[in-house]
Amino acid sequence: MFFFENRQVVTPGDLLAEGDYIAGNNTYKEGSKIYASRLGLVEYGEKVVQVVALNTFYIPSVGDQVIGKIEDVNINGWVVNINSPYKATLRASEALNKPYRQQKDDLTRFLDVGDLIFAKIIAFDRTIDPVLTIKEPGLGKITQGQIVKVSPAKIPRIIGRKASMINMLKRETECKITVGQNGIILISGPSPEHERLAIMAIEKIAQEAHTSGLTDRITEMIRKEKGARNERKDQVNK
Amino acid sequence: MSEKIRLINEDGLRVDGRRPRDLRSIKMEIGVLSNADGSAYIEQGRNKILAAVYGPREVHPRHLALPDRALLRCRYHMAPFSVEERKSPAPSRREIELSKVIKEALEPAIFLEKFPRTSIDIFIEVLQADGGTRCAGTTVAALALADAGIPMRDLVVACAAGKVDGVLVLDLNDIEDKEGEADVPVAYMPNLGLISLLQMDGSLTIEEFNQALNLAIEGCKQIYNLQREALRARYVTIKEDVEECLR
Repeated sequence: MFFFENRQVVTPGDLLAEGDYIAGNNTYKEGSKIYASRLGLVEYGEKVVQVVALNTFYIPSVGDQVIGKIEDVNINGWVVNINSPYKATLRASEALNKPYRQQKDDLTRFLDVGDLIFAKIIAFDRTIDPVLTIKEPGLGKITQGQIVKVSPAKIPRIIGRKASMINMLKRETECKITVGQNGIILISGPSPEHERLAIMAIEKIAQEAHTSGLTDRITEMIRKEKGARNERKDQVNK
Repeated sequence: MSEKIRLINEDGLRVDGRRPRDLRSIKMEIGVLSNADGSAYIEQGRNKILAAVYGPREVHPRHLALPDRALLRCRYHMAPFSVEERKSPAPSRREIELSKVIKEALEPAIFLEKFPRTSIDIFIEVLQADGGTRCAGTTVAALALADAGIPMRDLVVACAAGKVDGVLVLDLNDIEDKEGEADVPVAYMPNLGLISLLQMDGSLTIEEFNQALNLAIEGCKQIYNLQREALRARYVTIKEDVEECLR
């Protein structure tokens, strides 16, 4: 039995369903009753009852790709802030392509405090802090672009169903967009103007993540902005 | 000594014109502070209270971290200008006690075991006080926790009941609290039906105590509805604005 309508806003503690269902994300089960544990929109599936949270923080998960900032350099690795309650570590052996020799190699030559990296989480559980790697293609130090921060809850919306939203953004703004699962997004485009447009679109998506028909609305917005910009350019040229 | 103040007049009304079982007018809002992970503001009668939540985040100092769950820390603080006579900004005995009491009222509602080795910090700042701030503080802190996206078993609502001039009343204000016969603050988790804070100051018969407790729980349920409204309101307005634009 369901107690709400699909996609209605629910608050922590709301009784969502009773019966033979599976408690999905942001819910918990007590006996046969499923309750919400976060503020969000309820989604009733065939078997699973879940809540799409409106605000969350990032809890690392093995295999996630994240954008992090180097906070400290140790003897054999780096401490990385990945916008999560847990600080991540990047070991020298996971960053260098050659055997690491403590006596000779100066780690700050590769990555220093303040540098941004695109990395993958290779280990994390309740007892150990997340461990990162940048030894795979596409990963590594970030050298150009702009960073936007959104709530990690909005990341699935920014990617969209079958990556529809993110592909549309890339196509319309002509920017390269790298999404970290931890809510940090890297945008690098042909000009700062293009990047600004992409940032504006992403912020709008984050703000209106819980509304429907968003992809079309964002497309429309970007096209309008582009039109307005071209007009301005023409006026300047005249 | 001056004559005792009459707290209930001939018409059965209280000093602020309420009937015995009325709450004060309540206004709540979430997401009021941009630098906090979660925040909320409440006005309950003349009480004005801000709450901010940070976390889960790394514990400082490190040695306080718990290996199996998150550490919940809470600071209840009254601004020097929150009461008639200037209050020293240093935490008083009373504030330290209330911090502990509020922390313990919220603790059972939070899934602390999901975030070992981290801390969740709650700051409750009373900007203007008029009795019942521990209850309003608990209510607003629960809102800030929900706003921060911290998983909770249930929201926590608190409300006091008491006895003034021989009459059982709901949601005491400052004068009623000080001059009245008894005060029973209760924090309640409405969906689970559990009480997480129960205190009593003054004297009541067992019969009166039971009535006061039930009255306070009734009050909690009323405030709970306002709490849910406040949480929904923020997102419903955005949704409505978007729909407005589409039309």
